[in-house]
Amino acid sequence: MKRRLWHFHGGLRLPGHKTESMQEPIQAANLPRRLTIPLQQHIGEPAEPVVEIGQRVLKGQLLARASEYISVPVHASTSGTVVAIEDRPIPHPSGLQAPCVVIDSDGRDEEIEHTPVNNYTELEPSALRNVIREAGIVGLGGAGFPAFIKLNPGPGNAVDTLILNGAECEPYITCDAMLMQTQPRRIIEGLLIMRHALQARHCIIALENNQPDAWQSLNNALEDDEKTFIELVKVPTIYPTGGEKQLIKVLTGKEVPSHGLPLDIQMVCHNVGTAAAIADTIHEGKPLISRYVTVTGDTVGQPCNLEVRIGTPFEAVLEQCGWRDDRNDEILMGGPLMGFTVDNPAVPVIKTTNCILSWPTTSEQQTPMPCIRCGECARVCPAQLLPQQLYWYARAKNFDRVQDFNLFDCIECGCCAYVCPSHIPLVQYYRFAKTEIWAQERDKKKADQARERHEFRQQRIERKKQEDEERKRRKKEMLKKSQGDETDGEESKKAAIDAAMARARARRGEKTPQSGGKKET
Amino acid sequence: MLEAIIVLAILAVVFGLLLGFAAVRLKVEGDPVVDQIDNILPQTQCGQCTYPGCRPYAEAIAKGEADINQCPPGGEVVIQQLADLLGVDPKPLNEEHGEHGEKTVVVIDENECIGCTLCIQACPVDAILGAPKQMHTVIESECTGCDLCIEPCPVDCIHIVPVPETPQTWKWPAPPQPLEKPPREAGGST
Repeated sequence: MKRRLWHFHGGLRLPGHKTESMQEPIQAANLPRRLTIPLQQHIGEPAEPVVEIGQRVLKGQLLARASEYISVPVHASTSGTVVAIEDRPIPHPSGLQAPCVVIDSDGRDEEIEHTPVNNYTELEPSALRNVIREAGIVGLGGAGFPAFIKLNPGPGNAVDTLILNGAECEPYITCDAMLMQTQPRRIIEGLLIMRHALQARHCIIALENNQPDAWQSLNNALEDDEKTFIELVKVPTIYPTGGEKQLIKVLTGKEVPSHGLPLDIQMVCHNVGTAAAIADTIHEGKPLISRYVTVTGDTVGQPCNLEVRIGTPFEAVLEQCGWRDDRNDEILMGGPLMGFTVDNPAVPVIKTTNCILSWPTTSEQQTPMPCIRCGECARVCPAQLLPQQLYWYARAKNFDRVQDFNLFDCIECGCCAYVCPSHIPLVQYYRFAKTEIWAQERDKKKADQARERHEFRQQRIERKKQEDEERKRRKKEMLKKSQGDETDGEESKKAAIDAAMARARARRGEKTPQSGGKKET
Repeated sequence: MLEAIIVLAILAVVFGLLLGFAAVRLKVEGDPVVDQIDNILPQTQCGQCTYPGCRPYAEAIAKGEADINQCPPGGEVVIQQLADLLGVDPKPLNEEHGEHGEKTVVVIDENECIGCTLCIQACPVDAILGAPKQMHTVIESECTGCDLCIEPCPVDCIHIVPVPETPQTWKWPAPPQPLEKPPREAGGST
């Protein structure tokens, strides 16, 4: 039975540039002398280091543990010595530094002993999720959201369809396609584990129709009984079909609500690479310490896909593929539309590095011209937003209005900027507005906290003042009272002296019990 | 005729009582505008506006005694929000009160601190921890950067440091503005 497919709004047909990097089989990247492993390679809180400087670590050993719920651990990608735990440049659009564990490799690549899960079907889904979390697995498609959270449907939620996303829609990137071609069984094993964790009824593996080889190999690897609940679906090659919400729309015709999650419509979507990593963890006990990376672009001599250890510098990976450092190329992490420029080629490969793209720096930046209101951007927007309106309000820094136009439904796919005849960097405006709004929210939170603390302090000072006054008043009253009836005071004074004398006598008596201790008491 | 007068009189009495009751029962405590203004202010409690804290400044704005452009930590964003709330025109920040700069916090040089507690008394948000003749320290996450603790310190051991930018707090820069009008050809009119 052929599945009916739908269309999402807009989108683009782009030149694929995929064949270049698919000529060679996947190879392992060389082991670098030094690995820099950032403590945060995922969405959420950074991990907390559990190793010390100078400590020898083995491949696969835990370097940092998860600190909060939305966090995953980080592991050593090879054996060696921890030489530093400090801020180092990371691949991030800001070019800023972040805490990293730096390991000097000893070249022996010694592995710690792994404990695979023998029969995962006997494990509770929550225990299975925990194993996946401890292996440090995050979504390998690009965003890097901890995978174990997306394998938790939550109480009372049933998952109808589990979608494995193999629709690698962005030009140049081929790491998922190569994975599907060469290791289909790992993906299917991972899918079965995910299905068990989610208790999903139905599974779909979706890939673009320009990858017939990948489809063929997956189809061959699927066993007959698995075909009853796993469906292989070819989707049209339109950018950005690989977007989670867009893929769900294409496969089912349903739309994920604004500000909602696929789970709201009983669906969960994972990347094929994540599935393969989960299979390795459950069947072999291996944590996530390497990933497939596409290395391609005009200035890369031999474009290919490599299995790269997390923490390997970009330049080491590029040089292995015939890239030279002397040309001042522009290096991107991710694809040409959704990726970002990396200024420092020494930054490490992290869990979300799906592609390293290098091309000559374009000296001539196209100057943005005024918006001519042509409406092309709205025609291609896959989220059905109004990019023009978003642009005007983001430019005017009117952050309330820009949210009224659903800025946060923008997936930053870059279609609008691609078609804009005035070359306006639209996505940059949206990213600017988003980060500004987040900063304002953080400031607001901090202000509320400061207000609370200030008010508490005011109250405390007020209370102390009242208490002081009350004490003064009581003292004054006492004084007045004692002055008022002096005889009374004298009598009490006498009584006090008598009592003190009696006490003194008693004490003396205790010291010399023979001399009439009993008499005194 | 008489009936009508009686009916109207009774109605008047009933509604009068109802209104009187409502006025007592549904009385609004405080001034809601003050709360709204206070909500916008950055709560640094720095006093640069010449009022002893954000709430007194909010009260002064609500009464019309203070202008909306006296808050340097809030800067343009706060002025714009206040202008929107109060329906007045935004104006540039009054330089007399200070300049809007980057966010800072203070740190105590713990080698020099003599433990006099003067800064603890000055801190409006209880962000300094210490005891007499014991070393003091600033809880950085609670510090609002008001700098009120710097003046009382007898040994000048409190220093202002900018809040470091991390990848989590980093903001995308605003793109360069496109040309308002395309460059005209020489001799072009209008």
